[in-house]
Amino acid sequence: MAFDRLKENLRTTRLAGKLGWAMEANWADPFLFAIYSIIRPIASSLILVFMYLVVTRGKTSFDLFAYIFLGNTFFMYVYNVLFGISWVIHEDREHYEMLRYIYIAPIRMYYYLFGRGIAKLITTTIAIIITLAFGMIVLKIPIDLLKVNYPLFFITLIVGLFVITCLGILLAGITMLTAHHSFALTEGLGGIFYLACGAIFQIDLLPNWLQYISKALPLTYWLELLRRSILGKSLSLTLAKYSNFQLLLIMLLTTALLALFSDYIYKLIEHVARKKGKIDQVINY
Amino acid sequence: MKTELRTNLKAIFGRAYVRLVGAHREPSWLASEALLPLLSTASFVYVYKALKAPEEYTGFVILGGAMTAYWINVLWSMAAQFYWEKEMGNLELYLVAPISRMAILLGMATGGFYLASTRAVFVFVVGSLIFKVNFVVISLGKLALIFFLTQVALYGLGMIFSSLFMLFGREAWHTTNLFQEPIYLLSGFFFPVKSLGFTIGLLASFIPLTLGLDGMRQLAFKGGKESGLLNVNLEIIALVILSIFFLIAAHYALKYMENMGKKEGRLTLRWQ
Repeated sequence: MAFDRLKENLRTTRLAGKLGWAMEANWADPFLFAIYSIIRPIASSLILVFMYLVVTRGKTSFDLFAYIFLGNTFFMYVYNVLFGISWVIHEDREHYEMLRYIYIAPIRMYYYLFGRGIAKLITTTIAIIITLAFGMIVLKIPIDLLKVNYPLFFITLIVGLFVITCLGILLAGITMLTAHHSFALTEGLGGIFYLACGAIFQIDLLPNWLQYISKALPLTYWLELLRRSILGKSLSLTLAKYSNFQLLLIMLLTTALLALFSDYIYKLIEHVARKKGKIDQVINY
Repeated sequence: MKTELRTNLKAIFGRAYVRLVGAHREPSWLASEALLPLLSTASFVYVYKALKAPEEYTGFVILGGAMTAYWINVLWSMAAQFYWEKEMGNLELYLVAPISRMAILLGMATGGFYLASTRAVFVFVVGSLIFKVNFVVISLGKLALIFFLTQVALYGLGMIFSSLFMLFGREAWHTTNLFQEPIYLLSGFFFPVKSLGFTIGLLASFIPLTLGLDGMRQLAFKGGKESGLLNVNLEIIALVILSIFFLIAAHYALKYMENMGKKEGRLTLRWQ
C-alpha cells in the first residue's frame, strides 16, 4: 500500500517535471530560450558588478567581490524556483484553466507542484553554470575548481534545493488565496530572503533584530556553506565562529522545521481555498 | 467626432477602473506590491554600505528601486497585457468594439500607473526614511517635469511593446523576462549609467528610464551632477522627443500589427 503510494507520487513528480520542462523550454523558440537562459542571469550579476566597480573604481581583487558574486549567483535558485512553483497555480488556474482537472485527477497536488519545480531547477542550474563560467573567465573571480570542497558543496546544494522547493510549495498555497498579482508576492518574498539571508552582503551589516531572523532561516546557512565550500573562507564575522559541521547541523535542523511548516500551512490553505471556491477562480484585470 | 471622443474616454475609464477597483479588493496586493519590494531595494543599499560607498549612492538605489515599479508595470501590465487579453478572450472584444486601441492602452496605463505609483511612493518614502537619504534638490520644477516626461515616454514605449506582444505566443513569458534585469542593468537602476561608458549610456537612453533616472539623480542628490550622463536640459529635450516619437510610433505599430494579426489569423489564437 505504502509502496504503491510512493510509486504513484514518484510518477506524478516525474510527469509534472516533464510537463514543466516542456512548458519552460520546448514551447519557446530555441534561440529565444538560449538568449533568455544566458543574458538574464548574466545581466543580474553585472548589476552588482557595476555597483562594485563604481565604488572601488575598477578594482575586483577584493574578497568581497567573489562573496557578492557567488551569493547572487546561487540565489537565482531561490527566485526562480519560488517563482516557478507558485506561478504554476496562477498559470494552471487562470491561464490554461486546468487546475480543477488536476485536482480531480488521482494524484496529490503536493507532488505535482514538486515536479513542476524540477523543470525550474534544471533551467536555473544551466543559468548558474553559465554565470559562474562568466565570472571565472571574464570577471576573474578567484575560484580554483581543484580546491573546491565538493562533498560539502553537493550536500549543501541538495539540502538547500529541498528547502527552496518547500518554500515554493508554501508560496503556491498562498497564491491560491490571492489574485493574479501573485508574481509580485513571490518577488517580494524572494526579496525578504535576499535581504535577510545576506545574499549579497554579510549579515553582520543588518540591524540586530534582523540578524535574529536571518539566523532562523536555513538559506542563510546554505549561502554561507556554499561560499565556504567554493572559496574556502568566510567573510561574515557572525557566522565565522561556527565550523562547517555546526553550520550543516543548524541548516538541517531549520530545514526540517521549515519542511514541516510548509506541509502544514499548504494543507491548511488548500482547505480554505477549496472552501472559498478559489480553485478555479479567474481574475481578468 | 464628439461621440467618438466620449466613447474613447469611456473606454479609457472602463479599462482603468478594473485595475483601480481590483487593487482595493485584494488586500494582499498592498503587502506584495508596496511593502515587500522595499526589501530587495534595501539589499542593494546594504551592498553599498558593505563597500563603504559615498552617502548619495543610498539615494541612487532608493530612487532606482522606486522606479523599477514603473518598468515592471509597463512590461507586465502593458506590454504583455495584450498577450494575456488574447489568451483570456478579451482581445477580440476590444477589436470589435467601436473604440481606439490606444484608448484601451491608455486606460491600462492609467490604472497601471496608479498601481505602480503606490509601490514607487512606498519604496521611495519609507526607504528614504529608513536609510536617512539626504536630498539636495536643485530644481523641483525640472524634477517634476523630468518625471512626467519619463512616464509619458515610458508608457508610449509600453504601447509599442503591446502591439508586438499582441501577436506573441507562449514565448511572451520569456520575452518579458528578458526585458527585466538586462534593462535594470542598461538603464542604471542601481548605479549611475555613466559607469557603463558614454556610448553604451547613450544607446541605453533610448529607454526613457535611463534619461529619467539620470536626470532625477542629477537634480535630487549632492553628487548627482558629477555622475550624470548628459546635461539635464538636454535630457529633458531628449525625453520630449522620445515621448512624441513613441506615441506616434505606437499608433502605427498597433495598426500594422492588428492588420498582420488579422491576415495571419493570430489575434484569436490561444495557448499556442
